Amino acid sequence: MQPVLSVKNLTVQFPTRRGTLTAVDNISFDIMPGEVLGVVGESGAGKSMTGSAVIGLIEPPGRISSGEILLQGERIDNLGPDQMRRYRGKRIGMVFQDPLTSLNPLYTVAEQLIETIRTHMPLSPADARKRAIKLLDDVGIPAAERRIDDYPHQFSGGMRQRVVIALALCADPALVIADEPTTALDVSVQAQIIDVMKNMCAEYGAAIMLITHDMGVIAETADRVAVMYAGRIAEIGPVRDVITDAKHPYTAGLMGSIPTLATNSDRLTQIPGSMPRLSAIPKGCAFNPRCPHAFDRCFVERPEPIASGTRRVACWLHAPEEQAA
Amino acid sequence: MTTSNPLVEVNKLSRRFDVSKPWLNRVIERTDKAYVRAVDDVTFRINKGETLALVGESGSGKSTIARLIVGLLDPSEGDIHFDGKSLKKGLKGGEARRLRRRFQMIFQDPFASLNPRWRVTDIIGEPLKVFEGGLSSLERRKRVGELLTLVGLSPEDGVKFPHEFSGGQRQRVAIARALAARPDFIVCDEPTSALDVSVQAQILNLMKDLQDEFGLTFLFISHDLSVVRHMANRIGVLYLGRLAEVADSKTLFAKPRHPYTRMLLDAVPDLEMTGRKRKKVEGEIPNPINPPPGCAFHPRCPFANERCRMEIPQLLWNGEGETACHGVEEGRI
Ligand SMILES: Nc1ncnc2c1ncn2[C@@H]1O[C@H](COP(=O)(O)OP(=O)(O)OP(=O)(O)O)[C@@H](O)[C@H]1O
Ligand SMILES: Nc1ncnc2c1ncn2[C@@H]1O[C@H](COP(=O)(O)OP(=O)(O)O)[C@@H](O)[C@H]1O
Ligand code: SF4
Ligand code: SF4
Ligand SMILES: [Mg+2]
Ligand SMILES: [Mg+2]
Repeated sequence: MQPVLSVKNLTVQFPTRRGTLTAVDNISFDIMPGEVLGVVGESGAGKSMTGSAVIGLIEPPGRISSGEILLQGERIDNLGPDQMRRYRGKRIGMVFQDPLTSLNPLYTVAEQLIETIRTHMPLSPADARKRAIKLLDDVGIPAAERRIDDYPHQFSGGMRQRVVIALALCADPALVIADEPTTALDVSVQAQIIDVMKNMCAEYGAAIMLITHDMGVIAETADRVAVMYAGRIAEIGPVRDVITDAKHPYTAGLMGSIPTLATNSDRLTQIPGSMPRLSAIPKGCAFNPRCPHAFDRCFVERPEPIASGTRRVACWLHAPEEQAA
Repeated sequence: MTTSNPLVEVNKLSRRFDVSKPWLNRVIERTDKAYVRAVDDVTFRINKGETLALVGESGSGKSTIARLIVGLLDPSEGDIHFDGKSLKKGLKGGEARRLRRRFQMIFQDPFASLNPRWRVTDIIGEPLKVFEGGLSSLERRKRVGELLTLVGLSPEDGVKFPHEFSGGQRQRVAIARALAARPDFIVCDEPTSALDVSVQAQILNLMKDLQDEFGLTFLFISHDLSVVRHMANRIGVLYLGRLAEVADSKTLFAKPRHPYTRMLLDAVPDLEMTGRKRKKVEGEIPNPINPPPGCAFHPRCPFANERCRMEIPQLLWNGEGETACHGVEEGRI
């Protein structure tokens, strides 16, 4: 089966006065049709940059300096801005942390949905409106027929995010990129939005790239997860495997540091230090100053993701030659 | 630790905010003055050496309670006793200072709470100047060095400015400053919400270590139930400015009684992937300017009845903890 999205050796760089910063450093992953890929990591890990690269929204002077991005087999990283604009909305839907970045405060929800639907689909205004109402109903807006003519500010935060999900799906995209879709919401509303997003994408047949710093959201939602650290993928594989049996020392540390309702110990596992700045990424493995297992090779050579069972792990501990030794 | 040894007693505490539109708008639009009851008739106590956590969603009144306790805000009604003394009766001079130094506060955003133009030595040294005026500047610097070491930084970090630190390190500086006055009570308002989880773990561990070492009492505020479970002996759940439930940590997680507490627990993601069944969480928090009558939770509550829509439930002892719920009181939940 052909992946919906294929990212190959993607590198995103920012030229600055003090040299070039690499925000995303040679990462590769695929998303299959209907799949939910979680991208998790701490702030600055490069999650949003990866998402922005896929939708062609990296702010200059930042740029994709190497690699390829393929949507359903077709390269999209080298498209012009006009072509890319046509893709966004039509073939890739977007959901961001703040619903108000996706909604225009000056237009009603109906106007925005109908305009997006008609830009991408050959529907009459009346049919587009019907589709819009159905979408709003599906995302759980009560009395959708009436509420559709309201303005964004007339909705609560959670309802607004539902509207954004409807907007992301209204032209039947193959992929939805959701960057911290629940981070700004209240705990009791987060769960609702995750449910809506997951069910809607399943119903409308869209794959999801779910970017979040919240491992709990990933556990609830994703099929596979990519753990990012300092612009690289540390570990990628099926969610259950990664969460219950982390192979990369960073993932293991991260999992141990999250308090859960089942944690019984008095102290949390802690990883010493914090993620390096882009201007000071250590040589070799970027995690080496914080890693309890670091050995000579880690300080010299950078580990690339190595296949290990159901996963790929960027750590020398999992290299066949080291395991043999 | 005896259970009847309260350090802090909060009694029928309320705080209103005037959120009316300007006078002219009110006249033109014929609207009345509008108030938010950010904190409404809240009563609880914190025993010496324990951690009481307050949890609740945005706007439930957590930060307002924190501010009221440390004296950054005045109550509209009710009072607060600290170690048996009322904080209301406008304490003056030496006594006020002696009492004030005993409680400190740590904020969510360590950047906003540290003066960006001051070196860390001066930030941490400031409370020493106020509370230990007798120290020479050399002694003061030495003490700052000790405090920095205590929170896992090095004495050499004293010459740096806040922006030279990461978020987690800045929160360490804020903790060192809070400890400088040798307090016995610290109010922590979402101390780790702005931090990454690996850094959050460092700070939570540090806070527990310091609590053991100095016998500190904490009021710990958070919206994250997993964090709260890890930190607290007892927990109070807030909804729209009122306490819905107060119980010790074990009881609250094992046997949540209030329907809102149950709903919050159901919303916690299942990180252990136990396949724990989740009930669907309904609705959102209503507008606090115009809260629903009776039990403010009734529009979202599957157990609501006529009484719930009319009568505000009071916080009552239920045998294992306290709940403000007619359903629990009537034995139907
Ligand atoms: N200075 C103020 N003026 C007007 N309203 C206020 C003021 N401070 C707080 N409020 C209101 O009081 C209520 C409680 O606010 P508070 O900041 O205590 O909530 P919180 O529980 O700390 O929320 P969060 O989780 O967002 O920090 C909210 O409705 C808020 O809008
Ligand atoms: N305009 C920019 N110039 C320089 N560096 C940037 C710029 N935008 C983002 N970065 C850096 O790129 C890195 C990755 O950022 P981002 O993808 O937003 O992280 P995440 O979403 O994982 O928190 C960060 O270190 C960030 O500081
Ligand atoms: S490569 Fe080395 S330093 Fe990096 S995570 Fe693996 S063991 Fe640790
Ligand atoms: S008082 Fe009534 S509405 Fe409120 S929580 Fe209890 S049962 Fe539900
Ligand atoms: Mg981001
Ligand atoms: Mg607050």
